[in-house]
Amino acid sequence: MPIKTYRQAINEAMAQEMRRDSTVIVIGEDVAGGAGCDGDRDAYGGVMGVTKGLFPEFGESRVIDTPITESAIMGAAAGAAQTGLRPVAELMFMDFLGVCFDQIYNQAAKFRYMFGGKAQCPMVVRTMAGAGLRGGAQHSQNLTQMVTMVPGLKVVCPTNAYDAKGLLITAIRDNDCVIFVEDKFLYETSCEVPDEIYTIPFGEANFLREGSDVTIVGISNTVNKAVAVADRLAAEGISCDVIDPRTTSPLDEEAIIESVETTGRLVIVDEMTPRCGIAADISSIVAEKAFGALRAPIRKVTAAHSPIPFAPALEDAWMPQESDIEQAVRDVLGYTR
Amino acid sequence: MSLDKKQFLQAYRTMRTIRDFEYRVSDEFGKGNIPGFLHLYAGQEAIATGMCMNLDDDDYIVSTHRGHGHCIAKGGDVGDMMKEIMAKQGGSCAGKGGSMHIVAVEKGMLGANAIVGGGPPLIVGAALSAKTLGTDRVGVSFTGDGGSNQGTTFEAMNLAVVLKLPAIFLFENNGYGEGTAAGYAVGSKDIASRAAAFGMPALKVDGADIFAVYETCKKAVKHCRSGKGPIAIEASITRFRGHFEGDAQAYRGKNEVKRLMKEMDCLTIASASAIKKKLATKAQLNKIDKEVAEYIDESAKAALAAPGPDVSELLTDVYSSAY
Ligand SMILES: Cc1ncc(C[n+]2csc(CCOP(=O)(O)OP(=O)(O)O)c2C)c(N)n1
Ligand SMILES: [Mg+2]
Repeated sequence: MPIKTYRQAINEAMAQEMRRDSTVIVIGEDVAGGAGCDGDRDAYGGVMGVTKGLFPEFGESRVIDTPITESAIMGAAAGAAQTGLRPVAELMFMDFLGVCFDQIYNQAAKFRYMFGGKAQCPMVVRTMAGAGLRGGAQHSQNLTQMVTMVPGLKVVCPTNAYDAKGLLITAIRDNDCVIFVEDKFLYETSCEVPDEIYTIPFGEANFLREGSDVTIVGISNTVNKAVAVADRLAAEGISCDVIDPRTTSPLDEEAIIESVETTGRLVIVDEMTPRCGIAADISSIVAEKAFGALRAPIRKVTAAHSPIPFAPALEDAWMPQESDIEQAVRDVLGYTR
Repeated sequence: MSLDKKQFLQAYRTMRTIRDFEYRVSDEFGKGNIPGFLHLYAGQEAIATGMCMNLDDDDYIVSTHRGHGHCIAKGGDVGDMMKEIMAKQGGSCAGKGGSMHIVAVEKGMLGANAIVGGGPPLIVGAALSAKTLGTDRVGVSFTGDGGSNQGTTFEAMNLAVVLKLPAIFLFENNGYGEGTAAGYAVGSKDIASRAAAFGMPALKVDGADIFAVYETCKKAVKHCRSGKGPIAIEASITRFRGHFEGDAQAYRGKNEVKRLMKEMDCLTIASASAIKKKLATKAQLNKIDKEVAEYIDESAKAALAAPGPDVSELLTDVYSSAY
């Protein structure tokens, strides 16, 4: 099977869906790049090159470069989705959610319900999240929790190239507004990705490692850190279930609960800030629904409760590291009442 | 009304300082001494300089992701800035902000902003403080052609007009927002007349001409200080570098940058015109060049030698008091 990067997998999902369905469009800032310029059109293909090549193939009516105007991009995508298109709108950095959130959470997310089931909003917001690139307080955040809490939105966090392709195709075909959160650390990572079109259903977790001592749930790139930790601990005879929920909304609660029923111990890793986050959410679900199975308190490994600092040493201290995950696993294993 | 001898030399020194600063951080970035993203102001120096020479320390400015020049022109400490950009102790933001959040609050430079269009509403607030507290301060937002299209910018201009606030909306039209031409993204093609449509006077100026920028900004500041409400300026300019350091700039025409660097270099234009007007001699300018080069080199060396912030500072300054 061909090996593809996360970037290529996402690109291929869009290209294949655009070929299949002429109502799929891509809209955003510099999704091609070079509009109105003397040099190359498609000079960027998105700031991370993820949409590169779509403009030459599909042209300016379907790969639409916009001014810097996130509110209007998201609103236009929502309005177009309500009226026959399937927009894939790009929000360059997830941090810019602040600029356009109304169009997403008060508009796109609510059409179907608020209009009594008579409207729909089949759009995808592709966005890029994640710290560690020294991007500072306004270019590093993962705000998955902010969208996950909104009824009406579906939220996808692919953690490898294979999942990214299948989940994005599902997202494009879905009849609701889907927030597709790409982790900027993963674009260069690769794995086997079929050339064929395939879908991965929402709400189905992926078990990356199977074990019986501790359950580790990770969101976005933290799940890859969790796998590395689990592999190291396996050498010591500690066996971990590592679960990637793949979508935070809907959330595969069952998979997590079933695992905790076997292991009795849960560590949740989440690169977001600790209050009202995904880790807190999963923790509350397990405490409520699997209390009897727990043999140790649930441990959350999250970022610190602060904006994201610029200096490398501070940013590294801010975000969850493999050593933090390992310590948490040892803590829950060593817990005695 | 125009720059006199002393003022010209000051303007030249500021422009040269910005240029050298930018080229030095570009070098250091290339050597791996600067983390994160870097957007350089090289080529646009006359705009920040000509504007800020008309401001006092207690007037306000807000800046963009391309903020080093604004900060230097407003009097920000170059050594502290260098340290900040290198993520060191003693940096302008204690190492917590970086290039895109460079700041000099003590000089009225309220901060660089990595959210395009984040600044204009903030300057409306600074102008509101000035008016409410009865000072004669003015506020200037530096915004790009790209940022001129944001809804926040439109709302800010309208609010400033409605409240008749001493705010200057200074648009630096360098032709591009990332890899998209202003000629494509600014629907009206003309940022100044669009600003004027909000109900304020709007001026246009050649951003590569320090004399013209200075005079235009002088008019704008006078307008604001005399209580006549907001005003806009569109300065046309180019950028010498990519959108960010490392940008391949495939969207730019062949030889475009080379040509513009020749035709639109504010420093070359300023020196030629000053020598002709007998405002300065070649020797004077050379002396400034040398002094600035040494100053930048010292600042960079000091920053390189400085330690990074201590991790114990991770949770300081999240709130005003213990939390
Ligand atoms: C809200 C928001 N959208 C997009 C970006 C990404 N971005 C950073 S700078 C930039 C271009 C800005 O262009 P302009 O305002 O003309 O300023 P210039 O870079 O030319 O100085 C873009 C799109 C951002 N930082 N914030
Ligand atoms: Mg610009």
